[in-house]
Amino acid sequence: MVKKANKVKKMMLILSKATLDNVYACFILANGARMEGIESEIFFTFFGLEAIQKEKLDHLHIATVGNPAMHIPSIVGGLPGVEAMATKMMKSKIEELDIPPIGEFLEILTASGTKLWACKLAMDMFDLEDNDLIEDIDGVLTVGDFYERAEGEGTHVVFI
Amino acid sequence: MAEKMYAGNAVLCNEEGYLTEMTQWTKEIGTEIAAEEDITMTDTHWQVVEFLREQVRQEVPLTIRKIGKSGVVSIKEFYALFPEGPLKKASRIAGIPKPVSCI
Repeated sequence: MVKKANKVKKMMLILSKATLDNVYACFILANGARMEGIESEIFFTFFGLEAIQKEKLDHLHIATVGNPAMHIPSIVGGLPGVEAMATKMMKSKIEELDIPPIGEFLEILTASGTKLWACKLAMDMFDLEDNDLIEDIDGVLTVGDFYERAEGEGTHVVFI
Repeated sequence: MAEKMYAGNAVLCNEEGYLTEMTQWTKEIGTEIAAEEDITMTDTHWQVVEFLREQVRQEVPLTIRKIGKSGVVSIKEFYALFPEGPLKKASRIAGIPKPVSCI
């Protein structure tokens, strides 16, 4: 096999949102990297931390308000039950495609060698303790620590 | 498409080195492809390969999640057995098409 000179070697993904579509995009990118033999790490910051909170990760939603791609008027998207219904529809489609639920996906990422980091500042901001997070977390980092880990040729940083 | 010689047999391969006819595959061919990928086959490797071939025979799309639920190996073991791109490497060794799954 021919080795390309500018090969991607490491993906550093920053997840700052907790809407289901953003979390899945991030997890699929991280897992897809591992499947290609590329290293991957995820830095959970701001609302992204919800995806690694034990009590919250199973209850993430998609946004039906302020999301033009839903193609429904925002006022409809805000009606009771609409967001829950849209989320349920998306989850069933995801299951059909053999994409795991968030909790199981995190286990797969850990088993595949993806490193999971929580942002220290965001933890402080939301008054979160280590025991609010899942056990598979690799640690709590500052932005500086995260950049240090991004060192090296072929590393890409992506903000989601 | 090109013909390649493995274990004394001419087999059809695509430009990425995957066998195009899974029926042409033998364990000896698998062993030589594995050597190209720097992998020495063990019993566990063969169990994974057999599982993958069976999935393809049943036309089930392959994903990492299915490997984890196969009862053959855990996902962690799968990555250890076929380092750097496990599903692709294992599929190539198993003589089945390159998996098209993103997960």
